[in-house]
Amino acid sequence: MRTKRRTGVIFALVATVGLAASGCSSADDDGSSGSGELYKNPVTLNWWHNANQAGPLQTYWQKVADDFHKLHPTVTIKITAIETNELQRNRIPAALLSSSPPEIMQAWGGGEMVEQVKSDYLKDITAETKAEVDSIGPATKIWSVNGKQYGLPFSFGIEGFWYNKDLFTKAGISAPPTTLDELNAAVTKLKAVNATPIAVGAGDKWPAAHWWYNFAVRECPATALAAASSDAKFDDPCFVKAGEDLKTFLATSPFQKDFLATSGQVGATSSAGLLANGKAGMELMGHWNGGTMQTLTPDQKEPKFLGWFPFPSVPGAGGSQKTMMGGGDGFACTKKAPAECVEFLKYIVSLDVQKGFAGTGSGIPTVKGAESGLADPVMQTIAQATQSAEGTQLWLDTAFGAKAGTAMNDAIIAIFADKGTPQGVVDALKKATAR
Amino acid sequence: MTTTGPTVLAGRADARPARPRPTGTSRAARTRRKWYEIIGLTGPAVIVFTVFVLAPMAFAVYYSLYRWSGYGWPTEFKGLDNYFGEYGAFKDPIFLDALRNNAIILVGSLVIQGPLALGIALLLNRNFRGRSVFRLLVFVPYVLSEVTVGIMWQLILLRDGTADSVLQSLGLGDLVTGWLADPSVVIWTMLFILTWKYTGFALILFLAGLANVPPELTEAAAIDGASWWQTQRHVTLPMLGSTIRIWIFLSMIGSLQVFDVIWVASSPAVRSLGASNTMATYMVDHGFNSREWGYGNAVAVILFVISFVAAVVFQRFVLRRDVEGALTTRKG
Repeated sequence: MRTKRRTGVIFALVATVGLAASGCSSADDDGSSGSGELYKNPVTLNWWHNANQAGPLQTYWQKVADDFHKLHPTVTIKITAIETNELQRNRIPAALLSSSPPEIMQAWGGGEMVEQVKSDYLKDITAETKAEVDSIGPATKIWSVNGKQYGLPFSFGIEGFWYNKDLFTKAGISAPPTTLDELNAAVTKLKAVNATPIAVGAGDKWPAAHWWYNFAVRECPATALAAASSDAKFDDPCFVKAGEDLKTFLATSPFQKDFLATSGQVGATSSAGLLANGKAGMELMGHWNGGTMQTLTPDQKEPKFLGWFPFPSVPGAGGSQKTMMGGGDGFACTKKAPAECVEFLKYIVSLDVQKGFAGTGSGIPTVKGAESGLADPVMQTIAQATQSAEGTQLWLDTAFGAKAGTAMNDAIIAIFADKGTPQGVVDALKKATAR
Repeated sequence: MTTTGPTVLAGRADARPARPRPTGTSRAARTRRKWYEIIGLTGPAVIVFTVFVLAPMAFAVYYSLYRWSGYGWPTEFKGLDNYFGEYGAFKDPIFLDALRNNAIILVGSLVIQGPLALGIALLLNRNFRGRSVFRLLVFVPYVLSEVTVGIMWQLILLRDGTADSVLQSLGLGDLVTGWLADPSVVIWTMLFILTWKYTGFALILFLAGLANVPPELTEAAAIDGASWWQTQRHVTLPMLGSTIRIWIFLSMIGSLQVFDVIWVASSPAVRSLGASNTMATYMVDHGFNSREWGYGNAVAVILFVISFVAAVVFQRFVLRRDVEGALTTRKG
């Protein structure tokens, strides 16, 4: 009996290798012929994701789960959708401490994942996902720790300015700014037509902090940014210069009044809402912003007047002027999850599922070829810019981990409130990990 | 009389064996039965209290001695560093801001809500048409959930929102400011919202207290020629003493632990500047959002100790005469 089963496994293994080698292991493979113990026993995968608001993405994830169940009836997927910060900061850490964490969970990657791997919470999926990692490319590094893969991103894109083309025309701005000076000129022109030049959701801290991150990318050489992420070294004077750039920029009063109380994404008075409803000229935000704005307009549609341009170059700054700030979203399997979990991860980043994701307008897909599913011209622009960026720097708060990330954001907010100094951000970063 | 909980029962049980027993079933058997009863009746409550109150408190103290990110079990022992160390709570200016904000809310609530609620209660205690409608109106804010209240005021107080236009139409446009955005103003906005919400609670307590003032007393005062004011000052108010003291107690503890309205109505940015944060919001901001779980527990312990000391001192010195006999005092 035992020998028999083992032969079966070996046969299955050979068959899998054969299938993979011939490149025909596609989604319509029902798994019975080539996956050994996979799909033999019924399993339940608890899937925690952050699409907690009714909308295209929530509907789509349900469809993905149902489709996977149809392909592999032994796998039942139970979805729990939780607001993203609540999910990452409270629910996942508590669940990981317990004996029954979800099998598959949303993962930001970066510093957070390093901590989770250190405590041995996540499943090493390096061997099973080689093909996917090759197809997605360098972005997968954010979900790897010490050369081992622990998660796969389904969405990745760079940040830039979402702007109102109609307001730009009205203000007489002929082309999107490409340098900081041109951005300053655009701010002046928008003020002249009584529009809020730039909306910022500083109330939530991170949307304001992203301004500092972008200045840091412009000011800092890649080596300084790498040393900051991996060794918590912030001695390079470029980090202080980033704060000085921000202070100078703030002195031109480019933002809406009372920005310290403005949320980033909630309601028509949020920064995304101000842009979506024609009150503000621009907003610096990630590639998900189109999806956010859909829920904030009276007709629940993304406004037609939207355009996009990357963060401008900063004259005289010492860093790369073509590296972009960006980030993405991925999923990871927890340590005790069955092998089916990894199969589901791979299914999420398979080409057809990725095309469907692109169609929801909720983000830029990661797999090459899936960007053809992007219906929105702005999203297509961002997808192209993401691919042609000289390099991509992960959001600094994600890269540095929660402790340093929060301390840094608090110190940046102090600059926004005119209560902090550029040096204060560096000081906060240096002592952040003490608690 | 015997419904006040385990301690009273235990006290009586201790006293039992001393009493002489009639003959019959052995005394030992009776005592044993008595103990079964005690364990059976108080057991569930003791277990629940231990598991859900005492044990978590002990754990919080234990965790607070570690540097802990919340992943895995705490291993990095730091002693009292989270309290008094270089980066401990008492050295963090933002935590000291939180303490100051709690103090502002505590004193502000007592000084404003008390007299306000008392005044309204005295007015509403007279007979007039539509009295219950007025009572309801003042009490409604207290019934609304904290989150609802927070969001509602956030929308009203937005720049160029309802509050600003009301002020402008009253010719007070100069007063308009960043109610929720100006770091020097926000704490007073919070105090205003809390006052609006919790005055109704004080009012309902005071009205209940007033209902217990016998009408004979006020009648007697009136017959003696006391004016309405004199009656209120010398008869009604003293009779309300115990109610007012209980309200002060509840308001004090509530002010120290206030969380939800502040969390909802003031932005994370304003909180992180120390402009509106309280000990409780600071605890969540650091414990969860900065993943400083050990430190967050230390803040929780500080909050607990301050509340506990305040409660005990107030009980011991102020509430003493009100609770005499109701708590476990065995007179020898």
